[in-house]
Amino acid sequence: MATPTLNLPVSAAAKPVKIKKWKRGTVSPGTYGALGFMVFLSAFPFYWMFVVASNGSDAIAKIPPALVPGNTFGDVVQEINDMVPFWQAITNTIFVATVISVFNVFFSALAGFALAKLRMPGKKQMLTFIIGTMMLPAQLGVIFMFMVMSWLNWINDFRALIVPAIVGAFGVFWMRQIVDSQIPNELLEAAKIDGASVFRTFMNIVVPAILPASFVLGLFTFLGVWNDYLWPSLVLNDANRYTVQVAITALNQSYVINYARNMAAALLGTAPLLILFIFVGRRLVAGVMDGAVKG
Amino acid sequence: MGRTKQVSAIARQDRIGLLYVAPFFVHFLLFGAIPIVFTTFLAFFNADMDLYYEFMDTFDPGVLGNAFIGFDNFRELGSDPYFWLALKNTFSIWAISTIPQLIVAFGIASLLANPNLRASVFWRTLLMVPNITSVLAVAIVFQQIFDRDFGMVNTLLYYVGRGPVEWTNETLPSHFAIAMMIDWRWLGYNSLIFLAAILAIPRELYESASLDGASRWQVTRFVTIPQLRNTITFMVVIGTIGGLGLFVEPLIYGGSYDGGANNQFLTMTLYLYKNAFLNMRLGYGAAIGVGITIVVIVVSIVNFLITRRIASEDSK
Repeated sequence: MATPTLNLPVSAAAKPVKIKKWKRGTVSPGTYGALGFMVFLSAFPFYWMFVVASNGSDAIAKIPPALVPGNTFGDVVQEINDMVPFWQAITNTIFVATVISVFNVFFSALAGFALAKLRMPGKKQMLTFIIGTMMLPAQLGVIFMFMVMSWLNWINDFRALIVPAIVGAFGVFWMRQIVDSQIPNELLEAAKIDGASVFRTFMNIVVPAILPASFVLGLFTFLGVWNDYLWPSLVLNDANRYTVQVAITALNQSYVINYARNMAAALLGTAPLLILFIFVGRRLVAGVMDGAVKG
Repeated sequence: MGRTKQVSAIARQDRIGLLYVAPFFVHFLLFGAIPIVFTTFLAFFNADMDLYYEFMDTFDPGVLGNAFIGFDNFRELGSDPYFWLALKNTFSIWAISTIPQLIVAFGIASLLANPNLRASVFWRTLLMVPNITSVLAVAIVFQQIFDRDFGMVNTLLYYVGRGPVEWTNETLPSHFAIAMMIDWRWLGYNSLIFLAAILAIPRELYESASLDGASRWQVTRFVTIPQLRNTITFMVVIGTIGGLGLFVEPLIYGGSYDGGANNQFLTMTLYLYKNAFLNMRLGYGAAIGVGITIVVIVVSIVNFLITRRIASEDSK
């Protein structure tokens, strides 16, 4: 039988490592019950979207209402596609969100690196200023921004979404925290003394080390753009230019609420993110917890 | 001597960092500062899109001069019952959503912090799912769940012999329904923030508390909560800024910029957009924006004072 080899220092490997026995049973069943209930509450609206979307609006008007999925989901998806180019909207959103995420991560990493590690005049004041800008209510500037976009003729132009979003205070601050905590100064000093330029140091030493965190920032940015409704709804009115959120509201033009159609659209607009979440959910959770204000 | 030279050469080289932070500052100037300054400026004009286009075509200051109305927009705002109603509604929804949410999130975080919990990553990840859902999708689902005639909640109430509750037409129930949308989306996220903060509390504090024979409640009250002060402050500040900007939920829930038939859930930002982009009264919309900013500043100062007071009481 092969014994698993451990990369331990000799002294540690020689002694049998004592593993503290887990005290099972210290978690009460109530804890699992409470967590299970929370997960149920988190998941139920998604299930309900599908139930309503696949039964049609009539089925939920019955007493008792339908509680299991029906078979009209395909029809309602077809109906949505006849009303707005929904797949086009998904493609548009993926394009815009990807471009913004790439720019935001790059500019934020550069600025974050400079603010964390380079000796510059006024560095502290800059950081305070950047944090301060996060407190500004975004809605105040929107009126003028809208005027500028119409003056530039950028209405229905993706530049109206991309350009105002390519770098932001949150990303810069996040990247500064990451570079500050993850890159040892000695490493940078060594690179400098070896004669590497600041930019080469950034590309060869900083970037590889912060890739996982950059990925998380990119994800946050992507989700934020995907879910943004207000600004896109102001600057896009050509159906072929819609983002997902604008497309969803475009379905709701009459006074009678068509729940089945709305729910189907909400589900279609969320499904790509749910699929993405299956692959990146754990990293996202780790990112949220890393970025939390502790203490 | 050679070393000082080298160090100062490095310091000089470091100044290239100013170029690295430049994109943020240039971008903020163009898309943050200038729009805010000009929107504030606009609040002093009787401005609509026509005026704006006329000015942009001619660059004739006379065009602006004729539309200058001084503080008239602000005077109107001061006596506009809709704005004050919107302010009241915004705070009501904020209070109904934030306070229970923080308490429940803390409870969930305490459960997740148990080191013996099985499948902890599984629980954490699932609790995060609502947060990736768009506000719009959340509002659409909850609109159905709180529907007066066919909604899930009133159906359940029907089976226990209660209701129907007017989740849309009455003030407090509609605030509650909108608060539920906010909480559903943010509860898991805030639980994870609390969890991260709880896990960062030094173990020794708990060990000495248990040596002193503290009960579980005492440990929570005198060890955990004081250690989470900055986290709680941060969450309240972020929650307040988000709450004062509340807009998409009431827009979708009511299906219009009115915030319900009797404006029972009209919020400040909703009222801003109604004036600026529906009625095309850009100047008045800008004045509402300035009003919101003043409210945000006042609330931030109050937040700061309360936090400082709690902090100083703690150090007594």
